[in-house]
Amino acid sequence: MTTLTQTEQSSTTEDLQQEEHADHRMFGLATFLVADGMTFAGFFAAYLTYKAVNPLLPDAIYELELPLPTLNTILLLVSSATFHRAGKALNNNEAKLCQRWLLITASLGIAFLASQMVEYFTLPFGLTDNVYASTFYALTGFHGLHVTLGTIMILIVWWQSRSPNGRVTSKNTFPLEAAELYWHFVDGIWVILFIILYLL
Amino acid sequence: MTISIPPDKKESIEGLQPKGWFRYFSFSLDHKVIGLQYLVCGFIFYLIGGALASAIRIELTSPISDFMARDIYNQILTLHGTIMIFLWIVPVVNGAFGNYLIPFYVGARDMAFPRLNAIAFWLIPPAGLLLISSYFINGAAQSGWTAYPPLSITSPAAGQLIWILSVLLLGGSSIFGGINFIATILKLRRPGLKLMQLPMYCWAMLGTSILVVLSTPVLAGTLILLSFDIIAHTGFFNPALGGNAVIYQHLFWFYSHPAVYIMVLPAFGLVSEILPVHSRKPLFGYTTMVYSIMAIVLLGFVVWAHHMFTSGTPPWMRLFFTIATSFIAVPTGIKFFNWVATLWGGRISLNSAVLFSCGFIVNFVLGGITGVALAQVPFDIHVHDTYFVVAHFHYIVYGGSVFVIFSSIYHWYPKFTGRMLNESLGKFHFALTFIGFNLCFAPQHWLGLNGMPRRVAEYDPQFTFINQISSIGALIMALSTLPFLWNVFHSAFKGTIAGDNPWLALTPEWLTSSPPPVENWEGPAPLVTKPYGYGKSTASINKATTSSKEVEGS
Amino acid sequence: MPKSSAIYIALLIIALLIGGTWIGQNVNLLPIDASTNASIYDELFKVLFSIGTILFLGMVGLVVYSLIRFRRKPGQIDDGIAIEDNLPLEIFWTAVPAIVILFVGLYSYDIYDRMGGMQTLNHDSEHHHQAMLNTQKIWGGIGSGSIESSTQNSMAELPIEVTALQFAFLFHYPQGDIISGELHVPIDQPVSMRLESKDVIHAFWVPEFRIKQDIIPGQPTVLNFTPTKAGRYPIICAELCGPYHGSMRSTVIVEEPKEYNEWFNKNAKEVITES
Repeated sequence: MTTLTQTEQSSTTEDLQQEEHADHRMFGLATFLVADGMTFAGFFAAYLTYKAVNPLLPDAIYELELPLPTLNTILLLVSSATFHRAGKALNNNEAKLCQRWLLITASLGIAFLASQMVEYFTLPFGLTDNVYASTFYALTGFHGLHVTLGTIMILIVWWQSRSPNGRVTSKNTFPLEAAELYWHFVDGIWVILFIILYLL
Repeated sequence: MTISIPPDKKESIEGLQPKGWFRYFSFSLDHKVIGLQYLVCGFIFYLIGGALASAIRIELTSPISDFMARDIYNQILTLHGTIMIFLWIVPVVNGAFGNYLIPFYVGARDMAFPRLNAIAFWLIPPAGLLLISSYFINGAAQSGWTAYPPLSITSPAAGQLIWILSVLLLGGSSIFGGINFIATILKLRRPGLKLMQLPMYCWAMLGTSILVVLSTPVLAGTLILLSFDIIAHTGFFNPALGGNAVIYQHLFWFYSHPAVYIMVLPAFGLVSEILPVHSRKPLFGYTTMVYSIMAIVLLGFVVWAHHMFTSGTPPWMRLFFTIATSFIAVPTGIKFFNWVATLWGGRISLNSAVLFSCGFIVNFVLGGITGVALAQVPFDIHVHDTYFVVAHFHYIVYGGSVFVIFSSIYHWYPKFTGRMLNESLGKFHFALTFIGFNLCFAPQHWLGLNGMPRRVAEYDPQFTFINQISSIGALIMALSTLPFLWNVFHSAFKGTIAGDNPWLALTPEWLTSSPPPVENWEGPAPLVTKPYGYGKSTASINKATTSSKEVEGS
Repeated sequence: MPKSSAIYIALLIIALLIGGTWIGQNVNLLPIDASTNASIYDELFKVLFSIGTILFLGMVGLVVYSLIRFRRKPGQIDDGIAIEDNLPLEIFWTAVPAIVILFVGLYSYDIYDRMGGMQTLNHDSEHHHQAMLNTQKIWGGIGSGSIESSTQNSMAELPIEVTALQFAFLFHYPQGDIISGELHVPIDQPVSMRLESKDVIHAFWVPEFRIKQDIIPGQPTVLNFTPTKAGRYPIICAELCGPYHGSMRSTVIVEEPKEYNEWFNKNAKEVITES
């Protein structure tokens, strides 16, 4: 094809750049996470309003145990750091190291979910006991759903980074970066959730 | 043929696009095809929603409940509201025109995420069919489009759950669309094109998409909690189980008030495109237009509780929301004065597009005035939940958004199809719509002030005459669809050939063939830095015909 | 601008202001005003209607005039003048609406205050329904009548408990332990209602009183008013509450104190003998 010769515009090179425009998927993901964050914001607002206007149902009824959620917080914060390490390793083209960090991150995620389960089974209230209990389960459950999805994403990224022909390589870091951004988001939400639900 | 992209890439894109009529039924990634899919799909739902509205108006021709059972009436009013908002106006003013126009306006060949775009569209038909099917399965939801608990919890569960699922799907579609518009407008602009050089519709869509992305998820979360209340018997919004019904209203209106701006801001943008072209003048006050859009977006987030003045909200809250709501009138007013100033001193072609746009201005001014009145707590306490409110929001969403949709169809139909619509039929359509609309809704202000609540199948006999006038207006509105439909179908085959730029417009979508090629432009995307440069030099009309070549070089 | 056209414009604006105000003050769109709230409401309505009429006629006039005056005549192929902005004009039409809005806001605040909307509700609840309410928080409503009414009438407020359920209102008079399906109130007597719902959200609306209050399950609300004109007025449920929402209605009967006392004594006695 020799059609390019026919273009007379001075802007040809510019347009070529335009066609191969930068990858905006991270921007799209970030926008999506803002939207997702608003769902949590709605839940938090509802929870805080219940607490403020419904004097009969504060958490005073139940003293929430702190050790397990604190452990959970630590698990997630550490997992954010290990995920970051995985990303660094991938950029340095150290596939093996990256895979190891990914596995560690995924295990931390699974550990978080397991400890969350333990907490659910030991809590003195059930989903439909009262508004406070319902909101507690809705918030932690919705967050747990995010953690589950995140863990699955990490495992997929790990699987894809195992073979040299896989989708995740030092040349294509998007899947890993996207999962990492999502994971940091889920961690951030947990920290807010921890403060609002357990500490306040 | 002139192309400026790597040949292999072009082939791969074109290879993906089905050809002919079939592409409109396919998972096409072409933003123009998706835009038209949104438009036609939305219009089909508009016809369904209109049929439901006709059923409501037939019931209301007599003061007793005689045309249909009372629970059916409630199902129909719920479906009417939900369909018109979530399946007609929101998808069309955002999805249809946004998808078709935004890539042209930013000088791109497609949206930022074409696949996400197609997914967003293809969520709509199943969601719509699901919603309508609930009527035939076990009865549709009957708690209104607001679905206030505890009514929505205690009324038949199947219909309500299907309603929730359907609205969640449509909300998802809306969020995906919003993300796509934000990314396209901010990230996909052609090199050299600055934000403050974009056509106004881009700004309107940017503002709208911010509203969509920030507020729709809150509705989604709320409806999930509501579905827990229905399925799992939790008590979030059920006072019988210790919950709080007013918190639902706060969360619901946190989305649903911005939803009004999601329906009218894009309409504002479209009018800002149409009026300058047909009055051959630059859009007046571009900068203030941009700032007023952003002011409306900001204020739009802090006005929701004006829907709840009688819900037992504390006095300080009522006062705050009164003031915030009233002040939305200032940026909105600026936009209206700017449009009149755009018309002033122009060379206005009195065609169907202009008539519908000006009809929009007239209707919306009335809707805006009643809106400011409704924002005042003492005023609202009397007319809240009455036909006054029904009249007010139909003036906003029908007299506003739907008039603009028709105006836009008359304006862009030549671009969509390459053929002109028939002007005489168009003016006839306008006359019928304008008369029918005002006859239908203007008397409803009086009904509300004098004691007719909304969402009732029966009323005091003293209101019979005015209700019958309103129903005659509705009949005229229904009939007005006929010349329009005939016009659209007939002109698609027999209309005069439009040529590339029948309006001699300067915005980028006109600087290509009609209908445009898959890649939007045969050559590189033109750099249009003055989309409203009418009257800049002598006879820009002549210039516009050749401008496609000139602007490319600039 | 030639002098003569400036005069015409000035005259037009004056005519618009006078005409709009006249329409707003003289065209009556409201039912009769049968409570102290209603007459205050009607003042606000007239002001808003006047401003609205002026704005609406002004805008429609401008649009129609532009369309006729600046329509493209046959043979015209030139463009309009390329005016892109005009700072003084834009400041003018930002400032004027802002001032009007500010005025409307302050004025409606004043009206709201006169209706008693800004009174603290806790004070309210303490004063009337202490016995039943000490555990429950009271939710908004219009406060205890208007300033006008409290100066005119020194008599104590008449407490009434309203229960709404699908699809009826029940009125309970604690003073005589009367339960009635219709609301009887003596003229010029401040009434203090406590509203509670048994099932879904309803609303208590009397158009002639210009008052409305949602009746929310789990959240008792209060609503106070003083009827001023004798007659029978509809009580309407204004919040969608189920299939028979449209027929959920009752009547408020405003009577002279003598007739009211007759009704009260007759029913109160019955209740007592029954129990």
